[in-house]
Amino acid sequence: MKVSIIVTLKKDVLDPQGSTIMKALKGMNFNNVNEVRQGKYFEIDIEEKNNKKAEDKAAEMCEKLLANLVIENYKIIGSQ
Amino acid sequence: MNSSVIIFPGSNCDRDMAVALKKFGFKNKMVWHEDSDLPKSDLVVLPGGFSYGDYLRCGSMASKSKIINSVINYAKSGGLLMGVCNGFQILTETKLLPGALLRNKLSEFICKNVFVKVNNIENNYFNKIKKKILELHIAHNEGNYFCSDNQMKEINDNNQIALFYCNENGESKDDSNPNGSKKNIAGIFNKEKNILGMMPHPERMIDKYLSGDDGSIFFENLLNNLK
Repeated sequence: MKVSIIVTLKKDVLDPQGSTIMKALKGMNFNNVNEVRQGKYFEIDIEEKNNKKAEDKAAEMCEKLLANLVIENYKIIGSQ
Repeated sequence: MNSSVIIFPGSNCDRDMAVALKKFGFKNKMVWHEDSDLPKSDLVVLPGGFSYGDYLRCGSMASKSKIINSVINYAKSGGLLMGVCNGFQILTETKLLPGALLRNKLSEFICKNVFVKVNNIENNYFNKIKKKILELHIAHNEGNYFCSDNQMKEINDNNQIALFYCNENGESKDDSNPNGSKKNIAGIFNKEKNILGMMPHPERMIDKYLSGDDGSIFFENLLNNLK
């Protein structure tokens, strides 16, 4: 079972990489960009047949390692 | 006094730290990250560098390494534990210190001398220190100290701020904040003040002819406090 996870910086945490990417996009004439926030995507193959169990395991991985909850949020976006 | 410096793959200030500790009289041992036991130590140091290539988040992989359980047990039983630069990042990732270190505000690696002001001397690290404004070196990409408002309240209530970035007169202003750290924070303690994390490198300032001497003041003072 593959579980997909997105980790993003919390709203009030500064994202200098996102700001720099936005400036580059504007320099390329994408003038209607308001904000860019950069995150991380994980795809984890878990030895498990039940979706809920696999996602629960992935959530535990996020809490313990994949995300730093002081500055980041995580979202399990699906499993298949 | 016995000290231990932990080496992770990618640490690169471990030997500088060992040189500094020995210079001021510590009997130092280097400890590999895959060891499970710490030698008997009066001080344990997590050095600067790029442990595990800064993969995932700076310090995150080191915070799960084999040696770290012994380090956590040592610190929780009151042992002195100091993390410099990447070591500070590891201490926040282990949750031994509150907050996190974000990418520098201006998205650039900063490598320069800065001034820091000692904020709290009621601890083994800074008690009786003869200078309160120290010139130290910083070299980091992720030194922008961040914590939640609740954590900041707790940090203030428990007098946990160790060092502020400041100018040479000791004034902490926006233009003396090199990386965007909240409240100009350059270093913090845990509540009990036996754990210190700081971005500046005292081990790089131990020779007045090569760099500067303010790191020497720090190490000499620390050793005297432990005697």
